[in-house]
Amino acid sequence: MVEPILKDPSAESRLFAERAVMAGVLVLVTMLVVIARLVQLQIGSHAHLSTLSRYNHVRLEPLPPTRGLIYDANGILLADNYSSRSLELTPEEIRDLDATIAELGELIDIGEADLKRFARIRKLRRRFEAVPIRTNLTEEEVARFAVTGHRFPGVVVRAQPLRIYPLGEYTAHVLSYVGRINKQELERIDASNYAGTNHIGKGGVEKAHEALLHGTAGYRQVEVNAQGRALRVLKRKPPEAGQHLQLYLDSRLQQDAHAALGDRRGAVVAIDPGTGGVLALVSRPSFDPNLFVDGISSVDYKTLRDSPHKPLFNRAIRGQYPPGSTIKPFIGLGGLETDGGVTDAKWCPGYYRLPGHRHKYRCWNRWGHGTVTLEKAIVQSCDVYFYKLAQVMGIDRLHGFLAGFGFGTRTGIDLAGELGGLLPSRAWKLSARNQPWFIGETLLVGIGQGPFLATPLQLAVATAALAARRLIRPRVVRATGAPGSAVEREFPAQVRQLPVASRNLDRMIKSMVQVVRNRRGTAKGIRTKAYSIAGKTGTVQVFSIKQKERYRESEVAEHMRDHALFVAFAPVEDPRIAVAVIVENGGHGGAVAAPVARRVMDSYLLRMPPLAAVGEIADGQ
Amino acid sequence: MDNSALPAGSDGIPGKIRTLLPARVHLDLPLLIALLLLCGYGLLVLFSAVDQDLDKLYRQLTRLGIAFAVMIVVAQVPPLKLRHWSLPLFGIGLVLLVGVLVIGEMGKGAQRWLNLGVVRFQPSEVLKIAVPMMLAWYLAERPLPPSGSRILGTVVLTTVPVLLIARQPDLGTALLVASTGMIVLFLAGLKWRLIAVLGIGAAALVPLLWYFMRPYQQRRILSFLNPEGDPFGTGYHIIQSKIAIGSGGVHGKGWLKGTQSHLEFLPERSTDFVFAILGEEFGLIGILVMLVIYLFIIVRGLYIATQAQDTYGRLLSGGLTLIFFVYLFVNAGMVTGLLPVVGIPLPLVSYGGTSLVTIMAGFGILMSIHTHRKLLPS
Repeated sequence: MVEPILKDPSAESRLFAERAVMAGVLVLVTMLVVIARLVQLQIGSHAHLSTLSRYNHVRLEPLPPTRGLIYDANGILLADNYSSRSLELTPEEIRDLDATIAELGELIDIGEADLKRFARIRKLRRRFEAVPIRTNLTEEEVARFAVTGHRFPGVVVRAQPLRIYPLGEYTAHVLSYVGRINKQELERIDASNYAGTNHIGKGGVEKAHEALLHGTAGYRQVEVNAQGRALRVLKRKPPEAGQHLQLYLDSRLQQDAHAALGDRRGAVVAIDPGTGGVLALVSRPSFDPNLFVDGISSVDYKTLRDSPHKPLFNRAIRGQYPPGSTIKPFIGLGGLETDGGVTDAKWCPGYYRLPGHRHKYRCWNRWGHGTVTLEKAIVQSCDVYFYKLAQVMGIDRLHGFLAGFGFGTRTGIDLAGELGGLLPSRAWKLSARNQPWFIGETLLVGIGQGPFLATPLQLAVATAALAARRLIRPRVVRATGAPGSAVEREFPAQVRQLPVASRNLDRMIKSMVQVVRNRRGTAKGIRTKAYSIAGKTGTVQVFSIKQKERYRESEVAEHMRDHALFVAFAPVEDPRIAVAVIVENGGHGGAVAAPVARRVMDSYLLRMPPLAAVGEIADGQ
Repeated sequence: MDNSALPAGSDGIPGKIRTLLPARVHLDLPLLIALLLLCGYGLLVLFSAVDQDLDKLYRQLTRLGIAFAVMIVVAQVPPLKLRHWSLPLFGIGLVLLVGVLVIGEMGKGAQRWLNLGVVRFQPSEVLKIAVPMMLAWYLAERPLPPSGSRILGTVVLTTVPVLLIARQPDLGTALLVASTGMIVLFLAGLKWRLIAVLGIGAAALVPLLWYFMRPYQQRRILSFLNPEGDPFGTGYHIIQSKIAIGSGGVHGKGWLKGTQSHLEFLPERSTDFVFAILGEEFGLIGILVMLVIYLFIIVRGLYIATQAQDTYGRLLSGGLTLIFFVYLFVNAGMVTGLLPVVGIPLPLVSYGGTSLVTIMAGFGILMSIHTHRKLLPS
């Protein structure tokens, strides 16, 4: 470093020292100003300010908003609020907690489960926040506490709104439930907006539309005395209640679909092809969401969690199954969109061998289908035809085409927790397994097996796309606002074009009609004269069995059975409903899943007009 | 480690023994002890402020660990290297600031964060170090006191990042960086007459600043001027924090026993308003103890500055020390109602990590400047 010649180090040093001392003096002076201010506050105004602090708190009391209600398409209430009075304790304001609880126990019945919940909530709560020890107090209990309550500082009876789901397990997998705010959620939420709120949506519609349902908290500024009693309200900002939601869901259809599945494990998703609205979304077994609202007991929770049938698992949007033969219409369409006669008739001897390989890829019909056209391949679900078609199309083209129907990505439905399935590709194989793509895997993709996975929702959406001739993002919520009142906000449909020519689509739908109508069709059992159905069956082998399950023999046999699948839409001329059904370990798609779909479509298409609607017409006339 | 930068035999240790010792660790013990005391005391207050949430306390402890590690590493870098890095660091800082405006991620309604995949950080923090380094380098190039063109250059070098930060908008940091310029100029020996001129000029800029402010910032100023006129909004913060401090009295209400703060009267009590908890629970005595530690750190910093061997080292260490003081003063002033509410944390005590690392890096620089001196026979 070359120092400039003009510099005079000692002069600069002196100048700096001078300035540094001055700065030090300045620091001292400002420090003294701060200290003077502190003396003024802490000694001068101490009496006044500590009075303010002790006797005349100006307290901001949150006014929690009322959570929006949820209605089905016909105005039937699916999620309601009711006022529950609970006994709440603020541990910071109680000198001897155990003694107080014991004394309270003589007035009000406090059980073992209540105490456990109290301890659990107490750990999670914010400081100086009241913790409920008993909820749903009876009139008598409230009255008894009112008489002697003054003896218990820090104990109050508070009315708080609780959620109730009138349809219980029928809607559990659509709405999910609200529960107490936990630690993670506490970090995420806007604390001031949730200051007076104890509950938050945990899944489904309740979580996906939390912001709309919750509303905006208000505040009340009150002067409180030493006992924390409000003396007067200084200022009030009323809360804005959460918005009511109207769903596309048809609760009758939902219950019928639930019943149609019966006690089997599986899922049904029904979509209105015109709007993308979800008419029914069922996952069985289900559970009672009302158990969770008030804090589920650990016994109940363990039962639900550890059940081998996984009732808490939402199969409709999180269950990822190989689509099996239900994928064939889409692959056939891909073939029709590909040039070079790839959909010409093919020979099926009951199996297919890749040139130069010994491995036999079997057709489900081991005697073979003989000469198979595309139509016959759909109607009778010939596997060999689709092995060959998939092979000539190649995995890249298959992947691109199927992605156009939404496979491999989340549908974007307005429910929390949806999974996206798996549409295999070269890139996926390389990154997930660090292996190149094998041609044998292309054949498996051709019949919807191998690593290929789709959710029942994805299958329903893709089927609805066939019916509507465009891909619509599925939606559960149609609009905000109470039924009958003006719609405040509608949620617009999001539509994507299909990569398919109309002529090819017509041809494929015709084949799907034959799946049900033809006497050799795989779903001939659900044929009806009432309306026309276009469908496709699927029967999926269950490959992997866990080691430990081998010991329970009856279970193993059931677990090894095939999954039964069926997708359909109806009426063909003017589609009003598209359905996807999966019955886990149900057996044959045509024999097991198709009848479920038929009952669902019957319920929707052949139903008498709902009673409410009849009433309205009568009133109007 | 660059061995040539070691003060050869400067410790008065005979050469033979010296070779047996590991390479000297460059640390300033008085400063280190004071910083540890301050952070320890701060953690105690913070434990109450975060409602005894151990998770948060551990997180803060981790941040402190990282910050001290950064300080120790920086202290080992010879000042000559720091000097070479002044210009590039300033340049990088400006690029990042522009970057944050273009692709910055929204955080709390203001574009302050830059996501670099692995880490998310506020580029404005870089400028808190880079601006004093740059100005010290720029002013040390020519003899002091600075000429007119150098003063103008300094003002420009300060204003550009200040405007970029104000655009985010982050008024607090912008003001801090702006004060850096003034502090370094003051230390460089700017004539009193010119200080007066600049002061008047800055005052004239206030209306312009008002124009730059977002509505919420304007509200803060207004509620500072008349807190009782807005007891529900930001004025509420000031009133509640004054009540908290005042009700603490001389002895305080006792650790973890502050009602004002725990009854949720006091907002932001673990971050910007942690000083109020100190006042409420530890009283005037508790505050004075903390102020004494602060004062010791600042005096030590100024002492280091006067002992520095070149103009760059003097301006930089003096500048960094005084900025640390400005931090303290602005926060204490805000919480006690002497100054308007600007979101500036209490240095080394408030919950949060970004400014922690910057401040400790600054002390690392001070230690480096002090411990890399080549002592000449007097």
